[in-house]
Amino acid sequence: MSTAGEQDADLSLQEEHESKTHRTKRRDGDRQKKKRRNERRKGGTRAGEGEEDLQAVSEKRERSKRKRAKSKQETSRRENNEEEEAQLTGVREVDENVDKGKKKQGSTKKGEKKEDGGKQLVKEKARDIKKKNSEPETSEEDDDEEEDNDKDVVRPECLSPEELEKLKEAVDERKKLIQSLRGKPWPMKKKLVTLRESQEFVEKYEGALGKGKGRKLYAYKVLMTKKWMKFQRDFENFKTACIPWEMKIKEIESHFGSSVASYFIFLRWMYGINMILFGLTFGLVMVPEALMGRPYGSMPRKTVPRAEEASAMDFAVLWDFGGYAQYSVLFYGYYNNQRTVGWLKFRMPLSYFLVGVGTVAYSYMVVIRTMARNANESGVGDDNSFNFSWKMFTSWDYLIGNAETADNKFASITTSFKEAILEEQESHKDDNIHLTRFLRVLANFLVLCCLAGSGYLIYFVVRRSQKFALDGLENHTWWERNEVNMVMSLLGMFCPMLFDVISTLENYHPRVALQWQLGRIFALFLGNLYTFIIALMDEINLKRKEEKVVKFNITMWEASLYNGTVLENSTAPPVTIHPADVPRGPCWETMVGQEFVRLIISDTMTTYITLLIGDFLRAVLVRFLNYCWCWDLEAGFPSYSEFDVSGNVLGLIFNQGMIWMGSFYAPCLPALNVIRLHVSMYLQCWAVMCCNVPQERVFKASGSNNFYMAMLLVILFLSTLPAIYTIVSIPPSFDCGPFSGKNRMFDVIHETLESDFPPWFSKVFSYASNPGLVLPFILLMVLAIYYLQSTSKSYREANVELKKKLQMQNEENKRKNKRAALKAQMDLEEARKTAQEQQRNNNASVQDQEGESFDFKY
Amino acid sequence: FCGLLLTTAKYNLKLKTSTWELRRVNFRKSRSQNISAHKRFTELLEKHEKEQIDARVPIGRIITLPELKSNPFKERICQVFSTSEQKDGSLTFEDFLDLLSAFSDSATLEIKSHYAFRIFDFDDDGTLDCADLEKLVNCLTGETNDAKLSSTEMKQLISNILEESDIDKDGTVNLSEFQHVISRSPDFVSSFKIVL
Repeated sequence: MSTAGEQDADLSLQEEHESKTHRTKRRDGDRQKKKRRNERRKGGTRAGEGEEDLQAVSEKRERSKRKRAKSKQETSRRENNEEEEAQLTGVREVDENVDKGKKKQGSTKKGEKKEDGGKQLVKEKARDIKKKNSEPETSEEDDDEEEDNDKDVVRPECLSPEELEKLKEAVDERKKLIQSLRGKPWPMKKKLVTLRESQEFVEKYEGALGKGKGRKLYAYKVLMTKKWMKFQRDFENFKTACIPWEMKIKEIESHFGSSVASYFIFLRWMYGINMILFGLTFGLVMVPEALMGRPYGSMPRKTVPRAEEASAMDFAVLWDFGGYAQYSVLFYGYYNNQRTVGWLKFRMPLSYFLVGVGTVAYSYMVVIRTMARNANESGVGDDNSFNFSWKMFTSWDYLIGNAETADNKFASITTSFKEAILEEQESHKDDNIHLTRFLRVLANFLVLCCLAGSGYLIYFVVRRSQKFALDGLENHTWWERNEVNMVMSLLGMFCPMLFDVISTLENYHPRVALQWQLGRIFALFLGNLYTFIIALMDEINLKRKEEKVVKFNITMWEASLYNGTVLENSTAPPVTIHPADVPRGPCWETMVGQEFVRLIISDTMTTYITLLIGDFLRAVLVRFLNYCWCWDLEAGFPSYSEFDVSGNVLGLIFNQGMIWMGSFYAPCLPALNVIRLHVSMYLQCWAVMCCNVPQERVFKASGSNNFYMAMLLVILFLSTLPAIYTIVSIPPSFDCGPFSGKNRMFDVIHETLESDFPPWFSKVFSYASNPGLVLPFILLMVLAIYYLQSTSKSYREANVELKKKLQMQNEENKRKNKRAALKAQMDLEEARKTAQEQQRNNNASVQDQEGESFDFKY
Repeated sequence: FCGLLLTTAKYNLKLKTSTWELRRVNFRKSRSQNISAHKRFTELLEKHEKEQIDARVPIGRIITLPELKSNPFKERICQVFSTSEQKDGSLTFEDFLDLLSAFSDSATLEIKSHYAFRIFDFDDDGTLDCADLEKLVNCLTGETNDAKLSSTEMKQLISNILEESDIDKDGTVNLSEFQHVISRSPDFVSSFKIVL
């Protein structure tokens, strides 16, 4: 009984509260209220039962009144307000059982109260006063209000425009509330309740807006938007469900912190890009040629030559991508130069060219877009005015869920604190600056020596391999055949270690040291790649010379063939020669493609093998030899390996560079890369989890993301350069590939324009490509770039200026506050002094009195 | 009284069927995430509690979750998100969801900084004073004794922090000052994250 009474009390209390703060929105709620009337009636009977507890009720009301008054005083203090609201929700929870509808309005209003608290505050006050007068007969007033409600019920058709406007506003407000709900630090229950109410309200009244025909349309529109939203949400969910390896990465994240995980996220991103490149080359180049092009063996370029036929299926040959692999869709040379293939009239050469260009263009677009997004995200964060506070408040990585990593994190945070304090204490401590300088110069000199040496070594090896190739590869050992790739991979493996050793000389701060290390490895890889390309260019020139000789020989051969047939029988049909026997030129494009594929394969193999030996075997040895060894292997010298984020990222980037460079001549490269990335995702995840230990210094990943992207962009640019150079300036081979017979590869565009488009189009195009038009256009672009750059510079300057101003103001504020604080302190002290004096006086008087009293006593 | 009981039961039933839908829709956590959260949560419950909708998991069992186990603020996190009246840090499923959504990817900087502030505010008085900061430093440097900062270092550190972020010079860092500092940090949002 008593509980029911209390509930009712709450109920009416709420009603009262509502009517007070919610008069503006009264009309909105009216219909709802009417609907609920029957329910209310029931409640009313129970209220009658609860009459006995009226005393308690009024007490409660009184309390709530006081509370409200208090809240009014301190609306600026959000905390209190919230607390109270939380209490209110607590009350309301019981309420829900009795009447769900009632609660609705109550807490929607609560949300609104928050939104425009100031505005309603005044009204509330006024009403409060009014209420005070009518305090004793609240129940009566409740009834009155109900009467009011009945009168107020209006159909939306007969609402005046102002009221409609109001209704619209209310609906919009609630919509806004729904949207901003997620951004509010409330507990879930409150959010849920508020949301449900607001949604119901919006649902109810949104359809009612508008008139007649328009109303129906409006309702329909609302319905459609709702459906669309739901679809979008589902789609979003679907998308998140489709992201691969989420759990794996999360696990790594929790073990090793965000920096190691950033490598895997980067790997996944790369995998996505390669998937798209693979889709392009596979769908538009390889499949059409395989399905609709001429079959294998129909022409010389699609047949294994007679001399190689015996060994064409050997594993060693296939592993080197010779034999049947070389004469397949995997390489440039296999493609035919017929303009259209199959019944679809698929423009094969054009498609080949456009896909080559498209992959590069797509990669540029993606990389630049990602960079721009990253730059936007980390726009502010370069000022170090909050050095200590950031260390304090943001240094813990909440993703860490592994005790060992947590220990490392503790240690690194402690050292960073200590370092910062030390730096603060003695900002510039120079212990023998000459020695460190000398050591740094020495280190750089050593690194340069290493770079030069590795460059020379590669050049030397490539030259030697050309000699071997001229001799014929069969006479040489496996090592001599694969020397180039092996040397490159080994250099890529050992030079970074050497750099690491050298960098200990330099005594840099670890973060700076990491950047130096990255820069050096970058230079090494780049040097190696470019030496490789230069050597390849030499080889291309050699092949082209060879090609000239072969071409001459072929004409001779054909002539002799022709002469032979003519001599025997002039009317006989021309002899059919098996395509395998036809002499052919060295297809330099296929050679380039093969080189790149071999490089990728050997690179992949070395990566996997180093992973297995360097990480796994080491971990196994350390683990099991530790039981019978003279020192502690786990803590001492070999220990377990750490995951080398920067080295792995660089490896990935250079691998991608090779893909971009080689994929024009070997359409299979993206496919190979997809496989490689897929395997290395699993292998590296496994290796990291099973045999690496977390880094001693756990770096944060956020700063380095764009650094990696910038490197990727540089590599993309550098790797498209040689590809574009070969496409534009070297004539294609005469008897292989989709562009054979043409003077240059890009002639295919010209050809398409002439034969596939109406004549006016090619005319327009030729006018447009006229230097008189192109040059001004380029000039315009340069000017635009200049203009944009200068504006961005001025913006940046303005930004710096503003920042300075802000800082100045901040400092001024600080100073002012300090002064105010000092003054307040002085005032306080003075007051205290006076108070003390007074007290002393008082004391004195009291003592006097006491003395007197004593006197009196004794 | 019987009527009341009946309505309560009805309400619970309704809640059971509707909240799933609502939560899934409203808080942008995908259904699968939500279900996995629920699974993880019910694993923490004891058998007889599994049927109750508002069962509470005590703090001792919450902090055994591997995601929280090595977090130095685990007790604080539980206490901040707990709606329990005894202030014992026990969590209902809704509190648990609150926790996850505050630490999720989609939570805004404002929410995250709000909860971070409450987590760092060890004595729940609405400001970070020297005692709070000292406790915070001790949490961050771990339990081992050799890693601890000396008292002079601690003093220096705290005074530096107050120098930087205490804008109104009242000797404490309040919420708005804290949010001001945090909003400029480059990697707060990415590291203030817990994924189940």
